[in-house]
Amino acid sequence: MRRPLLPLLALVLALVAGACGQDGTTTGAAASEPKRIVSLSPTATEMLFAIGAGDQVVAVDSNSNYPAEAPKTDLSAYQPNIEAIAGYKPDLVVYSDDPGELKAGLDKLSIPVLHQPAATDLDDSYAQLGQLGQATGHADEAGQLAATMRAEIDKIAAAARPERPLTYYHELDKNLYTATSKTFIGQLYDQLGMKNIADAADKDGSGYPQLSAEYVIKADPDLIFLADTKCCGQSARTVAARDGWNELTAVRTGGVVELDDDVASRWGPRVVDFLKTVAAKVQTAEAVRS
Amino acid sequence: MTRGGLLGAGCAALAGAALAAVLAGPVRLAPGAVLLELAGRLPFVDTHSGLTSQEVAILWQLRLPRVVLGGLVGAMLALAGAAYQGVFRNPLADPYLLGAAAGAGLGATLAIAYGPDTSGWPVDLLPLAAFAGAITGVVAAYALGRSGGARTTTTLILAGVAVAAFLTAVQTYVQQQRAETLREVYGWILGRLTTAGWREVVLMVPYALVSTVAILLHRRLIDVLAVGDDEAASLGVRATRVRLVVVAAATLATAAAVAVSGLIGFVGIIVPHTIRLVAGPSHRLLVPLSLVGGAAFLILADLVARTVMAPAELPIGVITAFFGAPFFALVLRTARQVA
Repeated sequence: MRRPLLPLLALVLALVAGACGQDGTTTGAAASEPKRIVSLSPTATEMLFAIGAGDQVVAVDSNSNYPAEAPKTDLSAYQPNIEAIAGYKPDLVVYSDDPGELKAGLDKLSIPVLHQPAATDLDDSYAQLGQLGQATGHADEAGQLAATMRAEIDKIAAAARPERPLTYYHELDKNLYTATSKTFIGQLYDQLGMKNIADAADKDGSGYPQLSAEYVIKADPDLIFLADTKCCGQSARTVAARDGWNELTAVRTGGVVELDDDVASRWGPRVVDFLKTVAAKVQTAEAVRS
Repeated sequence: MTRGGLLGAGCAALAGAALAAVLAGPVRLAPGAVLLELAGRLPFVDTHSGLTSQEVAILWQLRLPRVVLGGLVGAMLALAGAAYQGVFRNPLADPYLLGAAAGAGLGATLAIAYGPDTSGWPVDLLPLAAFAGAITGVVAAYALGRSGGARTTTTLILAGVAVAAFLTAVQTYVQQQRAETLREVYGWILGRLTTAGWREVVLMVPYALVSTVAILLHRRLIDVLAVGDDEAASLGVRATRVRLVVVAAATLATAAAVAVSGLIGFVGIIVPHTIRLVAGPSHRLLVPLSLVGGAAFLILADLVARTVMAPAELPIGVITAFFGAPFFALVLRTARQVA
């Protein structure tokens, strides 16, 4: 009864060898590294693909719309369904928010998880990149990417240091919810030496106050950044059409900037693109002023 | 106090609230200059207020329409509340009783989730959808409540509960399908006057006028309904017909308010009940006093909403509920002691 086992063993070994051979694309990946990652965080998705771990990702949530090759599914990050997630047989689940039972449910199924909450500053972003690099066997790429981001951001910041700080208003929705300078996005504007008009309004320290229209008009920001173009259909045209807003400097001088909501709300590698967009507008606004 | 005295006091309160709301705001405008600027728009008066063009824009395009709209919305919600409580003989009835809120919520959510880009249109889709949703909700509740055969108010109220539950379920489903719309839908549901402008005022005025006239004309008949449908019939009043007309007018008022301001709670309950405590239960006085009282109350609530955390805003629904909820408990206590 022993001998028939030998060919079976040989077959198993051959299969394993074959599987390892296919793995050649993800260089340096050890056998213990996850091959079936599910990402429930659009930022983590962008990071995973940017550090070359895209091949190891089998499914991403319904809002992970970048990069285009990400395997987008209808998995919801807001109402995560543990069974649906487990259906992809993941060996790692990355998420940013747990609305309740997500981690507990995955723990029960012994599925490893990685929690990457919204970054509070750029160092947080780099740390999360490093974490993902470690977890996926792409630590080197992650380290390089973080270094490149740092260098690019420093370069952009050094080039754009206006003498008098430009004031700005960053709009999250058309009910005038905004972000102050202490939020992640606010610190990016800080890099360019800009001044946030909402700081005085943040009495409860949430970082995301709702402004009154009167105050925005009175503050008369040099630049208005719209992070509600996709969600809520806002544009330079709709802003100009608001009651009383046609008086604003930004509206009269073409200083209303239509951002990509996604880029402006994530803390992944595309913050560099975001900063480039903003820096270009700062230059234009400077030229207008002088 | 006499009838005229009470009405006079109500109008004085409204005028005071409106004046305070125009003078105060997150941006400090000199009160004297504001009054001069306002007077300057009167015919044959020519003044120089000394306000900058920016301050003029703040006053005329932001603050004033917001005060006017707050007054209109408050008046309509209180009017509808008084009317609903009267025709249903139920002190807990409010403007959202028959599914108007749930219907409007669904309409608004559908417009936000699936509506086309309306930025080039003369009117936004959102208020129209909310308006249509509110009317649809109440019509469905009315049809359902009457098809049961029994024409009691209880059947109607229960039908409203069923319709509201169903519409809310659909709304939640749509919201889940389009998670990226959550923020906007949530903002709408909280109620808002933040983005109020003259456009919303113009949108609302015709409906406000029609409902006000209809309910004012029926206010004595609502009093007759208080004795019960059968007794009203013996007095020659067809209760179901009166109820239909009043509910239709109150629904129109509610839908118009909801369309421009989202769901602002408690106004329709606390204002009519306060007035009942002061002026008695007769609708002859209750209806007109609710109009001015509701307007004054919401103008003041909005004044708090935009100044207490200035330059940040507080959701107005938080203010009305903060004052409304304790008051509501008080009304319940008093009602129980009387009974």
